[in-house]
This record gives sequence, structure tokens and C-alpha cells, in this order.
Amino acid sequence: MSNISTLTKGILKENPVFVSLLGMCPTLAVTTGAFNGIGMGLSTTFVLICSNLVICLLRKLIPSQVKLPCYIVIIATFVTLIQFLLHGFVPSLYTSLGAFLELITVNCIILGRAEMFASKNKPFASVLDGIGMGLGFTLALFLMGSVREIFGSGTWLGIIIPGMTGHTMSLFIMPAGGFFVLGILIAVVSKLSKRKPPKKLGCANCPNASACNAKCEEASS
Amino acid sequence: MNTIIGIIIAAVLTNNFVLSKFYGCCPFLGVSKRVDSSIGMGAAVIFVMICASLVTYPIYYFLLLPLELTYLRTVAFIFVIAVFVQLLEIVIKKLMPPLYKTLGVYLPLITTNCAVLGVTIMNIDESYTFFESIVNSLFSGIGFALAMVIFSGVRSRVDDADSETPEMFRGIPATLVAAAIVSMSFLGFGGLGQ
Repeated sequence: MSNISTLTKGILKENPVFVSLLGMCPTLAVTTGAFNGIGMGLSTTFVLICSNLVICLLRKLIPSQVKLPCYIVIIATFVTLIQFLLHGFVPSLYTSLGAFLELITVNCIILGRAEMFASKNKPFASVLDGIGMGLGFTLALFLMGSVREIFGSGTWLGIIIPGMTGHTMSLFIMPAGGFFVLGILIAVVSKLSKRKPPKKLGCANCPNASACNAKCEEASS
Repeated sequence: MNTIIGIIIAAVLTNNFVLSKFYGCCPFLGVSKRVDSSIGMGAAVIFVMICASLVTYPIYYFLLLPLELTYLRTVAFIFVIAVFVQLLEIVIKKLMPPLYKTLGVYLPLITTNCAVLGVTIMNIDESYTFFESIVNSLFSGIGFALAMVIFSGVRSRVDDADSETPEMFRGIPATLVAAAIVSMSFLGFGGLGQ
């Protein structure tokens, strides 16, 4: 695969949120405003690039039996780093992201890319993959945040939109609005890209998949 | 006693773990296809969350806080949870084979589920006492199971009507819109217990 397609596939073709349905929790939780979406997206991108690089460099040293704990500790280290950076430089964002900043550790996009890509490819390609997937995630969160902020608060990136005052629907910034907007956006993206909407979550790379699926199959048999 | 009741109402109804805090969306959307499998999953998550709180509480208050290493919370918690689960799995397999058979498949969940890490972080952030932490974990888990069981009922209806849904909404989009409606119904509990 060429470097350019490694970089761009995460943005549209394999967009982690709209196509692969990964990282649902932060997508739904922090996107009450466009700025929060960008902040969360870029923080995740930073962790994704760094962890992809480190895991890729260590891929021959990590024994496969204990790879999950190793990956998680590497990822958690970078999460702690980004926490310090945000706390120091953008304290308002640090407060509004809250616990979800720490929960980047268990975001399945990062673990999934580590497992699927970084542990099998060269360092340069892994970094490109991290950048592409991270930007795709950021874009999706920014879109979600924009829709919810415009309809829910009548502002965009904090700027008041003329004509929206007094016509806002606070449902959009409530939790229910998160589910609703994501559902609509996935449907619109599938329509525009002329694909069928996804039938189930992108569990293939998830370390929990064996646990979830085992129970699904057991129940259906 | 009032705080305990407050915690219980918040955890199960007003601030439901999935529907208003969005912890554990993956299992919520992934496993909720059938009522019986969501009951099993819910029970396992309750068990796993209590265990995680039991181990992380002493780690934070007796190790990280005195040594002024609180910034290492994320790394320490996830590492301790991962190690503890491995141990638990071995012990249960050896001593309680029937329990292992029912809960065993879910045990790996404890390591990388944001509901589990989320509840341990929440216990610390809200500075709950040890007892309050356990109560909070138990009832957050019950809230999770409740949301999942209710939603699996809704979802089987939505799935049955799949052929009548507009094509662009079939599958996950329709599921998410249904989740929005279930979440809206929980808004009705707002203001309770204040």
C-alpha cells in the first residue's frame, strides 16, 4: 500500500467513526460543542501517533502472550502526558473533557490500530496511519460537535449565529441528542458515499470481541 | 444515609451510566440484540466493576496519594486491573468451575472497558469513601444492566422492522435513533432525589 493511501484512508474510506464505528463513547459524550470535538480529536490523534510509533518499534520485543497489557501501559503513558499538556496550556478544555481524557486509554481506535497496523508494519507507515486515522476521528468529532452546538446552543465555536437565538433545541446538547445526531450523520455519510450503512459495530479489532461474540453466539445457538 | 440514597438514584436513574454518561457504549450497542444475553452481560459488568473498585481504592489512597504520585492514576489503575483480572481468572477457574463457566467469557472485558475504568475514576473524582465507592459501583452496574435490558427489548422491535426502514437508516443508524428515544425517556427522571 502506498504511503498516500495509508495516510488518506482513515479520513474517508475507513473513517473510524462513520464507517468502522470505533470509539463511540468519546464521540457521543464530549461533542456538545465544536471546540470540544476538535480538542478531543487532536488529543486522541497525539496519543495514536505516539503509541503507534512506540508499539511499532517494540513489536519484535513484546511477547504475544502479554501484548495487551504492554500496549495498554504504553498508551496510558501518552495519555498521562497529554493530560499534563492540556492541564497546563488549555485548562478550560481539560475541565470540559473531564474523565474522557483519561478514558482515551481504553479507546478502541488506538488499541485497534496498534493490533491491526502498528504491530505489523514499518515505523514510517505506522506514523502515517496514526495521522490519517487521528484526523478522520477529529473530523468526525468536529462535525458532530458543530451540528450539536449550532442546533443546541445557537453558536459555532463560541460565535453567536444570528437568527438562531431563541430557536435552539436544547435536546441536541443533551445525551439523547448525541445518539440522535450520530445516527443521522452515519445515515447521511452512507447515503453520500453510496454504501449500505454498517450493520454492526467494528468489533474485529477489539480485544473484548471474543467475550462479546462468544455470548452472542451462545445465545443464538 | 442520604448520600447513599442520592448515589443510588443518580447511578441508576438520573445519571444513568450508559444513557447519560456514555460509559460502555460498545457493549451497549454490540451485545444488546437479545434480552437474555444482555442480562448475562449486565451481571458480569456489575461483578467486574465491584472487583475493580475494590482493588483500585486502596491503591489510590494508600499508595499513590501518600507518595504524591496521583498523576500516575491512569497507568496504575489500568495495570492493576489487568493483572488482577488475570489472577482472578486463574483462581476462579481452579476453585469455582461453575462460576467460571458463566462469567469466564466476560472477564477479559474488565481490562479494556471504559465503563470499568470510568467507574473507578469517578469514585476518586467524587471523593467517595470506600463504602460509597462500592455502592456506587454496584448501582452503576445495575443502571448499566437496566439500560441494556430495556434497550434490547426496543431493539428487537427495531430489527424486526428492518425491511420497512428507509435504506440509508437500516442497521446501526436506526439503532442509534432508537437509543436516543430510550435516553430521552430517562430524562424524565431528571430532578429526582434532589
